[in-house]
This record gives sequence, C-alpha cells and structure tokens, in this order.
Amino acid sequence: MCGIVGLFLKNSEMEDQLGGLLERMLSTMCERGPDSAGFAVYGPATKGRSKITLQSANAKTDFAALNSSLTASKNSDAKLSVHDTHAVLTVPTDKLEAVKRMLRESHSSIRIMATGDAIEIYKEVGYPSEVARRFDLAHMSGSHAIGHTRMATESAVTTLGAHPFSTGADQCLVHNGSLSNHNGLRRELIRNGMTFETENDTEVAASYLSWRMQQGMNLREALEKGLDDLDGFFTFVVGTKTGFGVVRDPIACKPAVMAETDDYVAFGSEYRALAGLPGIDTAKVWEPEPATVYFWQR
Amino acid sequence: MRTIDLAQSSLRDLNEDLHRQTDGANEAQWEILNPRGAHAVAVGIDAPIHVDVRGSVGYYCAGMNKKASVVVHGSAGPGVAENMMSGKVVIKGDASQYAGATGRGGLLVIEGNASSRCGISMKGIDIVVRGNIGHMSAFMAQSGHLIVLGDAGDALGDSIYEAKLFVRGKVKSLGSDCIEKEMRDEHRDALVRLLAEAGITGVKPDEFRRYGSARKLYNFNIDNADAY
Repeated sequence: MCGIVGLFLKNSEMEDQLGGLLERMLSTMCERGPDSAGFAVYGPATKGRSKITLQSANAKTDFAALNSSLTASKNSDAKLSVHDTHAVLTVPTDKLEAVKRMLRESHSSIRIMATGDAIEIYKEVGYPSEVARRFDLAHMSGSHAIGHTRMATESAVTTLGAHPFSTGADQCLVHNGSLSNHNGLRRELIRNGMTFETENDTEVAASYLSWRMQQGMNLREALEKGLDDLDGFFTFVVGTKTGFGVVRDPIACKPAVMAETDDYVAFGSEYRALAGLPGIDTAKVWEPEPATVYFWQR
Repeated sequence: MRTIDLAQSSLRDLNEDLHRQTDGANEAQWEILNPRGAHAVAVGIDAPIHVDVRGSVGYYCAGMNKKASVVVHGSAGPGVAENMMSGKVVIKGDASQYAGATGRGGLLVIEGNASSRCGISMKGIDIVVRGNIGHMSAFMAQSGHLIVLGDAGDALGDSIYEAKLFVRGKVKSLGSDCIEKEMRDEHRDALVRLLAEAGITGVKPDEFRRYGSARKLYNFNIDNADAY
C-alpha cells in the first residue's frame, strides 16, 4: 500500500509551520505504511555551505567519533547536529567532497542519506508517527517537504529500504507502487556510472531521474521520459532544491489527491492527509491525471 | 434529525447506528459532520432513510447501499457506492476511481468528475456523471446505464456485456468489443428518465451518443483456434 504526503509552500511566511503541517499529514497515513517512515525537508540554505545527512546504527559512538576526527582534521568549521539516529553535517561547500571522502574512508559505518544545499532526509523503521516524533519533525522549517509511510513489498524492511531515496544533490523521491523492470534498469544505470545502496525498486527510479538530470534534463523532462522507461505501478512525488513534482503511471491504481491554495500545493495518498491543512475548505482539490507530469517551482 | 459529528464520535458507532435503522424507521433524516476523508462512511445501510454527509469522504462511502439516499456534500474517495443494491447516492464534488463498481441497482449521481474505472463491472446500477470520467470506465459492465455529460477517457467499455453507455462529450478511445450503437426511442426514454432522476435539466437525449457491446467476445471464434 504505502502512503505519501507532500507540501510545497508558495508563501514563504509559512516556512516555520512546514514541519508541523507535514507531521500532521504523515500521521494520518500510518495505516497505509506501518513498517517504516521517512521524510525529506528542504530547510533554509546558507550560501557557501552544504549539508550532509548522516545515519548510523550506532549513532552515539559513531557521531562522537566523527566529531573528534572533524576537530582533529582541522575541519572545525564543520558543524554536526545530531537528531536521534541521524545527524546533519554542515560544511563549507568547497570542502564537501573532501569531507565525504573522509566519511567513506574513516567512518564507514556512517551512511550518507542525502547531500545538498537545502535537503535533509530522515528515515527509520517503526510506526510513522513515532518516527516523526523521534526526529522532531514538528519543529522543522523549510520551503517544501515530502513524507512517506511504507508497507514493504519489493525489498526488506530496513532503514535504507525506507523512503525517501536521494540519488543526487538536493534530489529525493518517494514511491507508492512497485516497478517491474527495476532489475534490468538497474543494470543499465550501473553501466552508465550510477551506484546503488539497496535492492529496492524505488532507488532505481530515483537513480534513473538523477541520471536523466545529469544528462541535462530538468525534473519535468526527466519525469516525462520516465513514463516511457519505467514499467510498473507508481505514484511518485519528487523534490529538488526549488521544485516539487508528481507523476502517476498510465493505469493510475495508486491513489493520489492534491490541493492548491495561494499559500501551498499539497499532495496526499488520500484526502485524510489534506483535511487538516489551513484553508482546505476553499482549496482547489483534484485527483492528478494518469501519465501526466505536475511540477511546481519557486 | 439525527446529527452525528465524527470529530466527537467514532465511525464504528455511526455505522452501527445506521445499521439499526429498518423499514419505517422513525429517524429518517441524518446528518454527518466532519468526515475529513474517513473510510467506509455510511456503508451497508438497509433502510429508506436520508443521510447528508457534510464534507469529503475517503474509500468506499455508501458501499452496498440499500434503499437509503446518501448525499455527500464534498468529494468521494475510491469505490464510492461500490456494490450498491438500491437507493440513491449523490456526490456533489468529484469521485475517485471505481465509483459504483459492481453496483446491482439504484442511482449514483456524481455532480463533478469521476476518475478511472467508473462503473467497472456494473450489474444493474445506473450512474450519471455531470463531468468527465477517466480511463477503463465500464470495464466488463454487465447491465445498467452509465450516462456521462462530459468526456470519457481511454478504453471506454472494454469487454463490455449489456450495460448501456451514453456520452455527451468526446470519447478518447473505445475498449475491446465496445462500439457506437444506434440511439433508439427506448434509449431516449431511459435518458430522459435518468437525467430527471439525477436532477439534471436543459440537456436533450439527442446530445448523447450511445455505446455498447459488439458481442464479438461472447462466443469463441474458431478462426482464433491457432492462437491457443
């Protein structure tokens, strides 16, 4: 089954409310995906600095060790902010690659969940409302956010198998459905230089879009091309640093409903997810058409 | 009139209350507040009562309805009035996929648009949609009428049996074994009657085109034996 929620703010004065609104939306979708949950929040970006979202199964010791080596390696301008099993490491953008290399070489038990100027990704196994509480989603702010509650079908219930998947800077994707050509497509993407962390079908879709965008397509073009190349059931919601997109496969079995006001665009697997949003009674509410790309940017 | 606020009481209590109503029930008027997209609102009623739902509902609203009249003053999620037996269900907004699926009787009126698979496997229900319907509508539809004032999506009436389809706007494509058919007086009469029951005025039967089964899939065609 799985549940998806997404909120893209058009009104920047609402940015402080983003986490609280998304948390309420996510908590209505627990039954659709009780085994794990995750969310991407596009928070405030600081010029010249990049964020790396990290995750560890032994967060306490691993993040303490990382802090020590950051201090020792003269990376004192790096800032580590721990949220339960995750941490956001903020570094000067010109040191991003060096820090990522250091993480891979010296802290291999720490996983990189996302990298970018604005994106932070948090995901864990557990009941979705509990996962949101652990990371204190309610107090996060930003311009847009995407959440997912997972009922696993194609691969194991693990932290890395939870959504969102991020396969490019500031990019993320969540998925309701299952792909049938993901193994073949994964092999093709590997031949084209993409790398994979899991056996999950959704990671293939995320990687496919990242690969298309590396080729110079924008998100809308990549999603349109995806309609030709991805086979199976899908409702995707994707985020980039400044954009928010939705696409459903041509059969469109997987549910989707959207709402738009002057203040926001919102996505829910069901209307329940949207019912608590401000101004919903007068919002434009509609079901996205099959095989049609919807895209907003600010 | 009984008013039930779903912000105060549970859906299970509401549906149990509704199921206690029988023929000649004293409480003939019901109002449901704050559905907020809840699933299975007013499912399985078997009494001649009237229910107003003030807001949008989720999956399967008014499923299996018998005798009751249910009006949703909002939009409906997937499977509204699924397997309805009799009575009337009106959706003031839009309906999501498979509205009226497998319905055996009664009238379903959707005043907005219906999405994919509207009337799939319908077996006697009458469905009137003021707006458009999505792809694969009336798939394997067996009997009853599907009347669409707007457009129909891809593969209308695929593998249809004897349901009668009427579309006023454009049909994107017809499904396998579905063809346009002659509009006869009996069809015009049915349209007049059902449009009136749906409360739709100012629309003439001759504005519609009729679609139905070519009946080529009813029997095995021996010329296809090589394919098996």
